[in-house]
Amino acid sequence: MSFIEVKNLVKQYGTGEAAVAAVNGISFTVEPGEFVAVMGPSGAGKSTLLSVMGAMNAPTKGRYAVDGIDVYSLRPEQGADFRREFLGFVFQGFHLVDYLTVLENVMLPLAVSPGARQEKDARAKEALAWVGLADKASRLPGEISGGEKERAAIARAIVNEPPLLLADEPTGSLDSSTGRDVMELILRLNRQGTTVLMVTHSSECAGYAARRLLVRDGRLAADETDAGDAEVPKDLPVGLAAAGGGQSIG
Amino acid sequence: MTLAKIAIRNLMRRKAKAGFLLLGLVIGVATATAVFSMVEAMTMDINHKLEKYGANILVLPRAESLGLSYGGLSLGGVPFDVEEIREQDLVRIDAIPNAANVAAVGPITLGVVPVAGRRLLLAGVDFAAAGILKPWWHLDGDFPGADGVLLGAEAAGTLDLGTGDSLTVAGRQLRVSGILSPTGSQDDELLFTRLSTAQQILNKPGKVSMVEVAALCTACPVEEMVRQIAEVLPNARVSAIQQVVKGRMETLAQFGRLSYGISAVVLMIGALVVLVTMMGNVRERTEEIGIFRALGFRSSHVLKIVLMEAAAVSAMAGILGYAAGIGATHFAVRLLSGGHPVAVSIRPEMAGAAIALAVILGLCASLYPAVTAARLDPNEALRTL
Repeated sequence: MSFIEVKNLVKQYGTGEAAVAAVNGISFTVEPGEFVAVMGPSGAGKSTLLSVMGAMNAPTKGRYAVDGIDVYSLRPEQGADFRREFLGFVFQGFHLVDYLTVLENVMLPLAVSPGARQEKDARAKEALAWVGLADKASRLPGEISGGEKERAAIARAIVNEPPLLLADEPTGSLDSSTGRDVMELILRLNRQGTTVLMVTHSSECAGYAARRLLVRDGRLAADETDAGDAEVPKDLPVGLAAAGGGQSIG
Repeated sequence: MTLAKIAIRNLMRRKAKAGFLLLGLVIGVATATAVFSMVEAMTMDINHKLEKYGANILVLPRAESLGLSYGGLSLGGVPFDVEEIREQDLVRIDAIPNAANVAAVGPITLGVVPVAGRRLLLAGVDFAAAGILKPWWHLDGDFPGADGVLLGAEAAGTLDLGTGDSLTVAGRQLRVSGILSPTGSQDDELLFTRLSTAQQILNKPGKVSMVEVAALCTACPVEEMVRQIAEVLPNARVSAIQQVVKGRMETLAQFGRLSYGISAVVLMIGALVVLVTMMGNVRERTEEIGIFRALGFRSSHVLKIVLMEAAAVSAMAGILGYAAGIGATHFAVRLLSGGHPVAVSIRPEMAGAAIALAVILGLCASLYPAVTAARLDPNEALRTL
């Protein structure tokens, strides 16, 4: 059994003649520890696919399972628990809560998790240290740079040690140098065993992934896997580069 | 990091909005507190005055009455078989179970006397008891001695007498010791002497026409004291002077009802302020709520955060509103009572009730915004995923 199973997934918006299928029958599987980049032109349906995989956007049809759990058969509160225990999110716009310090932002997923306060505090500090932000713990998001915000967002995504990290254009708001640092972090996380599924326009970012899915018009147009470990950075396969890659980080 | 900490930090960030929310509730709670405290203080003040001053029980001789009518017209009643009250029997009042509640017993002997060719009403009273029973009395001069008389304002005018003058009452020479200021009551037309003097003049030794009793009745109904006095004075008719009390209390009750109505309206406005502010707050925080939901917060967690914020502000509003209400009550009661001091009690249970009222109101008004926040679709809220 694969870690992630996506089968005949359809996500349709609107009804009748106005209905548009943002995701139109996509199927694939992901094994534990894989690093998968989802690529495609704007409007191809990759962000919709990521929201469905984030357990926040129920598909019109099809099945989505993680570790054998049929995610959309869960009750709403179980869905929230699933997101907390199985998923880490890294958003393009950081989405840090501006009135909480960096440390408090990292601790957010732990606020509704069981455990002693000291233990949670230690885990959050450990996650911050892992992304190199130990010295910025008491700063507010408005007091740190974009790259530091993205790293704080990564620390928040991994503080619960989720088995699956979902990233949406993680370098979209960063310059190329900072973007590379962030991608190094994500790759390091993947090499420690976390499965990563990342939506990106950037060929350079996609180059960090060992596998690339090309989505076009809501369908899976290509699914390519490297033979060995990913080299960083590397050229995209011809099909993916032609399909919408070719941009640089940031 | 806890849900409560998130709630408090958000309130601290939005100080202006939290302040506006607080103000809306404080005004409501302060109004309700002020109204309740004011009505309570004024009720206590009236009760206190009624208890401390003035008669509230009347003892009259028992008499049979024969109703007369002729040709369908009522001609009133003719009293007969009147059993007068003996002065010596009045000591029995000191033996009733609620004797400690008796502030004063004022026997009065009444009779019509000829004075300077006129027929006036003479009242023999116990002037020591009259000081408690008739606190509205103000006199120019002194209370009379054994051969003195106190004149009502109208009687003094009719007889054209002043303090120090002498007059002959039923053949007895009496000196005017003082004149009562106008009271607007029948007292203005009377001549007052000591009880014993009146009994001698009227030839009613040891007899009294009526007895006024001032009962301190905070812990007991006045009717109970009436029953006890009637038991020890079986030949007398004992009744409570309830009209005045009921009239005053009815006026106060009407004031109370009006005030409670106004309080309810102000509280409703306060609740609307909370509702509108919290709805705006939730709309502004859509993205933030989306982040919480994406990170694994349940709907119930979001609901709790919003309600905790409402509860924190409401509890604060309850404390401040109670303090403001009590302060306003002190000020208002002083104005309404014409400057004389009226005690406004600060009671922990009322403070607790004010805080509870504020919290319940704040939570009820925040429930819809909280449910709206909890039901936000995280995907819609974030928009980026």
